[in-house]
Amino acid sequence: MRIVLFAALCSVASAQVAVRGDLIYTMAGAPIRDGVVLARDGKIERIGPAAQTAIPAGYKTLQAKIVTPGLIDAHSVIGLSGYLNQPTDQDQVEKSAPIQPELRAIDSYDARERLIDWVRSFGVTTIHTGHGPGVLISGQTMIAKTTGDTVEKATIVPAAMVAATLGNAARADANKAPGTRSKMIAMLRAELIKAQEYAAKPPEVRDLRTETLASIVKRQMPLMVTVNKANDIVSAIRLGKEFNLRLVLDDVADAHLVLEEIKASGYPVILHPTMQRSSGDTENLSMETAAKLRAAGIPFALQSGFESYVPKTRVALFEAAIAAANGLTFEQALSSITIDAARILGIEKRVGSIEIGKDADLALYDGDPFEYTTHCVGVVINGKQIPNP
Amino acid sequence: MFRRSALIVGCAAGWVFAQQVPLAFTGGRIIPIAGPEIPDGVLVVQNGKIVAVGAPGSVQIPNGAERHDVRGKIVMAGLVDSHSHIGSADGADSTAPIQPDVRVLDSLDVRDSRLQKAQAGGITTVNVMPGSGHLLSGQTIYLKLRDGRVVDDLLIRNPDGSIAGAMKMANGTNSRRAPPFPGTRAKSAALVREQFVKAQEYRDKVAKAGGDASKLPPRDLRMEALVEVLNGKRKVQYHTHQHNDILTVLRLADEFKFRVVLHHASDAWKVADEIAKAKVPVSLIVIDSPGGKQEAKDASFETGGILDRAGVLVGFHTDDGVTDSRFFLRSAALAVRGGMSRDKALYGLTMANARILDLQDRVGSLAPGKDADFIVLSGDPLSVYTHVLETWVEGKKVFDRSDPKDHLYATGGYGASHDSPQTIDDEDRDQ
Repeated sequence: MRIVLFAALCSVASAQVAVRGDLIYTMAGAPIRDGVVLARDGKIERIGPAAQTAIPAGYKTLQAKIVTPGLIDAHSVIGLSGYLNQPTDQDQVEKSAPIQPELRAIDSYDARERLIDWVRSFGVTTIHTGHGPGVLISGQTMIAKTTGDTVEKATIVPAAMVAATLGNAARADANKAPGTRSKMIAMLRAELIKAQEYAAKPPEVRDLRTETLASIVKRQMPLMVTVNKANDIVSAIRLGKEFNLRLVLDDVADAHLVLEEIKASGYPVILHPTMQRSSGDTENLSMETAAKLRAAGIPFALQSGFESYVPKTRVALFEAAIAAANGLTFEQALSSITIDAARILGIEKRVGSIEIGKDADLALYDGDPFEYTTHCVGVVINGKQIPNP
Repeated sequence: MFRRSALIVGCAAGWVFAQQVPLAFTGGRIIPIAGPEIPDGVLVVQNGKIVAVGAPGSVQIPNGAERHDVRGKIVMAGLVDSHSHIGSADGADSTAPIQPDVRVLDSLDVRDSRLQKAQAGGITTVNVMPGSGHLLSGQTIYLKLRDGRVVDDLLIRNPDGSIAGAMKMANGTNSRRAPPFPGTRAKSAALVREQFVKAQEYRDKVAKAGGDASKLPPRDLRMEALVEVLNGKRKVQYHTHQHNDILTVLRLADEFKFRVVLHHASDAWKVADEIAKAKVPVSLIVIDSPGGKQEAKDASFETGGILDRAGVLVGFHTDDGVTDSRFFLRSAALAVRGGMSRDKALYGLTMANARILDLQDRVGSLAPGKDADFIVLSGDPLSVYTHVLETWVEGKKVFDRSDPKDHLYATGGYGASHDSPQTIDDEDRDQ
């Protein structure tokens, strides 16, 4: 039934789009001056200089000064977290127990959440979102396009990573566990050992919680650890090595203090928003860390992160812009919210650069995308132009 | 005459001596705010004041002036932040929703590194306020971001010698809690009216006593402060978001004739004409996304332009720590993105706020006789790539990005938050 529906949708007209750009950043080679991107049936069909790339009849043509791949926000919570910030629209953290990896983002995601439209209006076409920081293991994340009015239509990876938090943000309320940093690690180690045993000898009765952790120890899914202080970063790395995990280090305000350790670990980094407030665990954060990660050869992406108050979401474009003002080149910063982000999320075969066969996700701008006074004048997702609501 | 004496109070002799040497900034683009931008201008400052500003032919550089070559850079009026919470400022506590007697003056920690960060953001004058968790949370304080050791070093004095500052009020959701705080909007307004009526009666009693000590009512710090508001001496800086809450502020100001400025004003674009008709200025927060609370769900980058075109005086603020003082310039740029004119957006960072703080004769633009508060930028103020290179307050350099200590405050890093409080949750709640 589903396959028939998919085929029917494909045959709709306007499945052909041509985008002309004064400058096209493909993130797969040198930028193309006065270029054309052709999209057919949701995929990139052709790219090249306008002089050599004819636009076939029937293609809807869009035009912009600057064209980039659709932006990728490597870590958000929108869709589980809503813009009203009321108890009724905040589903990114469940506080009933500290370790709940079985909670699925797709069971919560509101594809019509207004913040999704908001970030799309800046050119963000893919978001890695879901359960957020605040408890030891809050649940799973997912990856979605910023279009589609149901979770099924929007989602491209229903279970992406398991989200964990270390440090002060993971301290439980009152006298509940975990109350200290040592307790956090002890609890995680105990659960991961159980998961190893589960993986080696699956029991007759399914246990969703341990099953999810088993997929972590089997390296089927990464464990994304939101962590900021240098000692907590080192603890996360130690944990990752003990259990041979695919670890993703998230936020890492103190990364510039432990660059060697992060580099040696081989783990990629989703760096905190460049404009994140510095206080408590993040007090040492620096706007120049992205440049330091780049210089050290540590793979990283930028994100919009999580905010408990205002602004309810940041915008990955703006965070990359400030990083570009603090030591990253324009293309390095653009990379951190396109192809580098795609690689860390494991979706680089589909998105992150303008290449033949990849999803036709494009962002169109009337100037330097990082300048505040520039506007995003168009967004194409899966080869379809998505208007602003 | 008064201003010179105010400058000398609390300053070391060496500082005053250094000021006697005139400084001349040449070769750079000057944005005076008071007039058109000058592509290649000259700024002369001495004794903490601006002496002259203009094109090279029209400005005489005094003999012996210390020359500063700012070719390739931009010199602009120092930024004025009309709403900030730097310095761990506190005010009212949870015992009552209306506390006009509490003062930021009595709580401010000027060694808090966020003051350094504000200098790094190009801010030279700032209105530091208590939070919005009350209907009236206390007396605010206007500061010059001089390099000081104690709060007295940063004060601004009114012509009558009193400390310059306003009264902070709020309506909407932040100020609603369990009793004795109001639970509803109607109760919020009723509590405010009740206190202002009491203040009117107190004022009338004092006036009737005609100086006769036997007829004066007992001193009441709360009433005295509210009478300052009633007689226009102390302006009200009013936090409000939703369109109906904005109208309530206008209604109260009209009833009690107090001078008021609307702060944040997320819904102001919906009632721009009403605000313009009431001749009430607005100080806007410009933030990365709408929402975060219900009353801010319709916040828009377009508000600055809409209000300006309706005839409203528009300023911007950081609400530090809700937004970081180091990114204050961003507010103007995003407002331009949303349709505001460049000139008005830059005015909103400077002169609009000077007027909002009744300091328009002293700060907010580069004009002869005004305080020598200015910033040197690496590029256009609206560009994301621009850095504040230097910040000068009253002719003294208080921030220099090329100094490693100051660079740390500008970009963050190990130790940049030293002397700052550890928690952010409590502050966020009050804002």
